[in-house]
Amino acid sequence: MLKGKDLLGLYGASAEEICEILDRTAQMKALLLRGGKAESVLRGCALVTLFYENSTRTRTSFELAGKYLGAAEVNVSAASSSVQKGETLIDTGRTLDDMKIDFIAIRHPLAGAPKLLAENVHASVINAGDGMNEHPTQALLDMFTMREKFGGIKGLKVAILGDIKHSRVAKSNLFGLTKLGAEVYMYAPRTLMPRDIEKLGAHVCSSMEEAIEGANCIMGLRIQLERQKGGLFPSLSEYSKFYGVKDGMLGRAAKGAIVMHPGPVNRGIELTPSLIDGESSVINEQVTNGLATRMALLSLLREYREKNL
Amino acid sequence: MKYVIKNGSVVFRDGVKKCDILVEDGKIARLAEDIPAEGEVIDAEGMHVFPGLIDMHVHLREPGFEGKEDIESGSRAAVAGGFTQICCMPNTNPVNDNAVVTTYIKYRAQQVNLCKVHPIGSITKGEKGEELAEIGKMAQAGAVAISDDGRSVMDSKIMRLAMEYAAGFNLKCLCHCEDENLVDGGVVNEGLNSTLTGLKGSIRAAEDIMIAREICLSESLDIPVHICHVSTYSGIELIRSAKARGVKVTAESCPHYFWLTDDVITGFDTYTKVNPPIREEVDRQAVAAALKDGTLDCIVTDHAPHSKKDKQVEYSLAAFGISGIETSFSLSYTKLVKEGDLTLPELAERMSGAPARILGLDGGKIEEGGVADLTIADLAARYVIDGEKFISKGKNTPFNGTEVYGKVAYTIVDGNIKYRAE
Repeated sequence: MLKGKDLLGLYGASAEEICEILDRTAQMKALLLRGGKAESVLRGCALVTLFYENSTRTRTSFELAGKYLGAAEVNVSAASSSVQKGETLIDTGRTLDDMKIDFIAIRHPLAGAPKLLAENVHASVINAGDGMNEHPTQALLDMFTMREKFGGIKGLKVAILGDIKHSRVAKSNLFGLTKLGAEVYMYAPRTLMPRDIEKLGAHVCSSMEEAIEGANCIMGLRIQLERQKGGLFPSLSEYSKFYGVKDGMLGRAAKGAIVMHPGPVNRGIELTPSLIDGESSVINEQVTNGLATRMALLSLLREYREKNL
Repeated sequence: MKYVIKNGSVVFRDGVKKCDILVEDGKIARLAEDIPAEGEVIDAEGMHVFPGLIDMHVHLREPGFEGKEDIESGSRAAVAGGFTQICCMPNTNPVNDNAVVTTYIKYRAQQVNLCKVHPIGSITKGEKGEELAEIGKMAQAGAVAISDDGRSVMDSKIMRLAMEYAAGFNLKCLCHCEDENLVDGGVVNEGLNSTLTGLKGSIRAAEDIMIAREICLSESLDIPVHICHVSTYSGIELIRSAKARGVKVTAESCPHYFWLTDDVITGFDTYTKVNPPIREEVDRQAVAAALKDGTLDCIVTDHAPHSKKDKQVEYSLAAFGISGIETSFSLSYTKLVKEGDLTLPELAERMSGAPARILGLDGGKIEEGGVADLTIADLAARYVIDGEKFISKGKNTPFNGTEVYGKVAYTIVDGNIKYRAE
């Protein structure tokens, strides 16, 4: 049983809650692979995806997760909503609440926005990514993918490479993975490594080799091209030369290591095309697992709501 | 008007003595034991009498932002907090960058007639950091200092010229120290908690670099300068070493910097958002120590009232600032004296004597013939802070639920009782 009505991040989640979501994800994935749907699970429920940033995969994933479980599903785009007219997040949330919806999946460019929303609505709020804070469903699907490949999380060495500073994916993975006993190694240009991340349990590496040596999972992170204009690194080619994962590097990783990326990938920058499309890559499976993860989460939140609200 | 304050423990510069105070025609006419009662008597038995508190850094928001605060509500809050004199920053709308606004503020304060309100003019027109404001005319209209508070004058040449020009009118620059390029949109201290929350951090160096620059200008020009709301241990070290070699630098800090660490931001409570940001334990301790050893001369509130709608938004969008004028005395007494090693005369120096001296204001001490600006407080009284009960329009305090000691009982300005606790 989840401990609250919302999922705002993995920093505040317990290992038990994470495992429960991963277990349910396995059931949902099995259902998906059978070609089945479970439209009774969320029958009578409504899910709103409230996205203040553009997104294709996460949004679609939430929408389909809701649909496959039988929820009514509506999406609200910041660009087309009253948000553009200056309505506050709290007012937007209360308006949605008054329409008796059950779930809001929110993506927002500012850290803490989902928490602010959650404190002001009855609906269950799922953080679909907030600024540089967290992206818990991405980390859950990553962890599910690892668990499926390796049978467990404990003892895995996970290398997370690239723009850690701006990556909510890196942070949610760090919180979740360390709670389940994995070791997380990070490597990035110093300008893209957040202060004191080691105090949150990360091993900060001084070379790509150190990060990858013996790793079970190699996770590239998307580099936003506008970071270069902000002066955080001199050019894409230099970034790729020093911080991109190359074909030969996989040899340093553990046997059977997997290559991951939250997408969308800049081909040839974070990862080489042959790594992206190679045997070790699980990037496409991550997408399927993402759908199963969000179905699992919605079903668990529904159970919480039925019992507690 | 003539009355006696009986049996209070009076906080003098050199110690606390039980003595009576005869107040006559707005002055302290006599200080002695057992002054016979004439007319009204204020019984201060069990209470302490401080020189009237002075807050040289507040925001009254009028003209322009009366939804957040106005001169009346701010003055009422000030006297409730024990303050007899306050100095208001120029970031109003329009900015107090000319004598008309300065005169308006003085006029409104006279109408309100509670505490003394001293306007601070801006350094540059519109606080844009480009051209000097009409500093001479504002001085003539009653401005007691100049500041572009809320931001630094980024152009060092303009800052140099401002310091020189203002010195000709005997006005000091009060410097908000933050290098805007380094701050780069940061809203909290850069460190573990900015990483944890994903809120954009602002590095200590952004503040320290500007503190260092103001010290360099002051030293090169041999003109006094005052550093606003110091929040970093490293900035304090810069000031300490400058003072040691005789640079005419003075500095202030605020209760939130010696009470809180940035652990308070992790819940995304926008009442903790302030500029410069609340920093780490090493900084908190350094601020408290510097207020003991005098590296930091005075305690100010940086009273920054905001309406609910300015704060009930995403953290990064929320307004900076803490409504502090009603809690400053209790917070300072509790943390620095009761739990710390500051003496009561030192507390009076930080909250009254030093600001009076820095700005050349009347008051700041209790002496015969001196102005009867007095704050009487019951130091044993204990209460729990509740921002919703503030007189100020700004309810934005990060101290809700904090238990403190020291309640203001009377605030006396020019001999007139302007606040009396219920």
